[in-house]
Amino acid sequence: MAVKVVAEACVGCSACVSACPFGAIVMEDGKAFITEACTVCGACVDACPAAAIVREQEEKQFKTNKEDYRGIWVFIEQMAGQIRSVSHELLGEGRKLADAMGQELAGVIIGRDVEPLAKEVFASGADKVYLVEEPLCGHYHTDAYTRIMIDLIANYKPNVVLLGATNDGRDLGPRVACRVGTGLTADCTSLGVDPETGLVAWTRPAFGGNIMATILCPEHRPQMGTVRPKVFKRPVQDFGRSGEIIRVASTVQAEDIRTKVVGFLRVCTTSCNLEEAEVIVSGGRGMGKPENFRLVEELAEAFGGSVGASRAAVDAGWKPALHQVGQTGKTVGPKVYVACGISGAIQHLAGMSSSDVVIAINRDSDAPIFKIADYGIVGDVLEILPLLTEAVKKQKQA
Amino acid sequence: MEIVVCIKQVPDTTEVKIDPQTNTLVRQGVPSIVNPFDKNALEAALQIKEKQGGRVTVLSMGPPQAKDALKECLAMGADQAVLISDRAFGGADTLATSYTLAAAVKKLGRFDIILCGKQAIDGDTAQVGPEMAEHLGIPQVTYVAKIDVADEAVRVEREHEEGYEVIEVSMPVLLTVVKSINDPRMPTVKGTMRANRAEIPAWTLSDLEVEPERLGLKGSPTQVRRIFTPEQRKQGEVIEAATASEAVAALVQKLSEAKIV
Repeated sequence: MAVKVVAEACVGCSACVSACPFGAIVMEDGKAFITEACTVCGACVDACPAAAIVREQEEKQFKTNKEDYRGIWVFIEQMAGQIRSVSHELLGEGRKLADAMGQELAGVIIGRDVEPLAKEVFASGADKVYLVEEPLCGHYHTDAYTRIMIDLIANYKPNVVLLGATNDGRDLGPRVACRVGTGLTADCTSLGVDPETGLVAWTRPAFGGNIMATILCPEHRPQMGTVRPKVFKRPVQDFGRSGEIIRVASTVQAEDIRTKVVGFLRVCTTSCNLEEAEVIVSGGRGMGKPENFRLVEELAEAFGGSVGASRAAVDAGWKPALHQVGQTGKTVGPKVYVACGISGAIQHLAGMSSSDVVIAINRDSDAPIFKIADYGIVGDVLEILPLLTEAVKKQKQA
Repeated sequence: MEIVVCIKQVPDTTEVKIDPQTNTLVRQGVPSIVNPFDKNALEAALQIKEKQGGRVTVLSMGPPQAKDALKECLAMGADQAVLISDRAFGGADTLATSYTLAAAVKKLGRFDIILCGKQAIDGDTAQVGPEMAEHLGIPQVTYVAKIDVADEAVRVEREHEEGYEVIEVSMPVLLTVVKSINDPRMPTVKGTMRANRAEIPAWTLSDLEVEPERLGLKGSPTQVRRIFTPEQRKQGEVIEAATASEAVAALVQKLSEAKIV
C-alpha cells in the first residue's frame, strides 16, 4: 500500500504539507512530493482539495490463513495472586469486541497455583480460560511467559490478543508479537471494530498526546495490542457465570529462563501504583519543601488514592521517581487528578490530561494547569490542602 | 566490553502545537532532538565503559539528517556512530524497524550489551527494544533504573508498578532504561570538535543481510488507518472566594453535586 500524488491533478496549494503529521510531504517544482518519512496514514488524502492524492492498495500474498484464527484473548496479569484491575477492564471491553465479532472471549492465566483465578475471569465475562500451571512462573519472566504464549497461539489460534499496557504487558507483548511475526499496537486508549474491514481498530495517542492514530493489522494474526489501564470501566462481575477451563501443559524448561529475579525493592511509603489509581493527588514545586508533601499524602489518603509528583518535585528529591507523572514519568488516567502547586508544563499535561476530572490548586492564576482543569482554586496550597482534606473526610463519612 | 546504543532522532513533542483553525499538527519550527530516554541509555553506556573499558557504538535508523543526532552522541563521548538509511526502510512499524536495526547490530559484530531508551517520545511504543532482542535471540530487561556490570553477568533494577525487581542476567543482553537511571552529561567542547570531524558511515539496504519483504512499509503488519487530533480539554471553572475555607467549601459542594466525592 502506498500514498501517491497524481502530479497532473496537483494544484500546488500545499494543503497536504501542513496536514501531514509526519512532515513527510515537501513541495518540489510547485507539486507535492511524498518523502520516505510517509507512514501511509492518509491525512493528506483527506486534506487535498483537488483529490490529487490517492491511496493505492497492493495485492499481497500472505501465508496466514486468517479464517483459522478466531476468538478474543485477554492476557490475565496477576501480582501476588491478585488479578490486576486492567485485566478485568480488558475482559469487559473484550466482551464487547467478542459480541460485535460473534466470537468467544477467553482469558489466559499463566502462573503457579493460579487456578482459583479462573472463576474471577469468568465472572468478568470470559467464556473460556486457558490455564497454564507452571511452577517456574511464580514470578513474571519474559522468556517463560513468551514461550507459553507462543505455544498457546500456535495451538489455539486466537484472532485478537489484548494485554494491559503495564510494565510487564509492554515487556511481553513485543516479544510475543515479534516471534509470531505479527503487528502490535502499543498503549491503546480506545478499541473498536472497523466497519469496512471487520478488523480491530486500535486507537492510540502519539506525539505526546497531540494526535491520535487509529491502526489496523489487516493481514497478520493474531491482531495484538496493549491497552492503557483505566481507560475502560471494570465490568460488574457476575459470579453466576462459568465457562470451560482448558488446561494446557507448559513446555518451559528451567534453562529457558535467562533472567533471574533475585529480589524486590518496595520503595514507596504510599502506593505508587499510579497507573491503576482511581484518584491521584500530585504535588509540584509549589509545595515548597519535602516536609509539605505530607499535606499531599493526607489528601490522597482521604480520597483513598495515590500520590503523584511533578518532575520538579522528583528532581528536587522530594519524591522517588516512581511517583513522577508526565512525559518522562508515568502516564495516568484516574477519575480524579488533583494538581497541587503544579504549574502545568506541557510535559506534565502529557502524562495526566486523560484524567476524567482535574482539580488544580495554585497560587498563580496564570498557571497553564488552570487551562485544562475542571475546577481550580487560586490560592496558597499549604493553606488550602488541610482544609480540603478535612472537608473530603467529612463528606466521605456523611 | 562492546556496547551498542540505539538512538532515534525525534521532533521535540513538547514544542509541537495544534493549529486551532485547521486542527492539524504544526511541525514548522519544531526542533529535532535526540530522544531524551536514548540519552539516558548513552549515559549508562558511557558509565559502564568508564568502569569496564570497551567501546560504545551508537546506531540509528532514519533519514540522512539523523546524522546530526548521532554527532551529538559522539560529542557526548560515544566512540563511533553508524546511520542506517535507505528509502526501502521508510514507513516501517516497530516490527520492521527492529528487524532492520537487528540486522545492523549483527553486521557490527560481537556485542555484550545493547542499550535503548524505554520508548521514543514521538511514537511512545516501547516496542523496538524488546523486538530487537527477539530478532537477535538474546534476553531483555525493560524499564531498567540501575545497572551493575560484573565479569560475566549484569545485575539491574527494573522499575515495576509497585517498586523495583532486582534481576540478574548474563550477556549478551538488551536493556531499556528509564529516565531516573542517570543525568546525561553535556557534550564537551573537545567532544564536539571531534564529532564535527567524524565521518559517520551510512549503511543502506545493500550493506545489510536482510530479506527485502521484511523491511519498511512492506514489512510492517500494522497500518495507520486514520490520524486525528484529540478533543482538547476545555477550561473549567476557577472558584472565586474571599477566603480559603470558602473556596474549599465551594469546591467540595461542586464535587459533591458532580458525585465526584
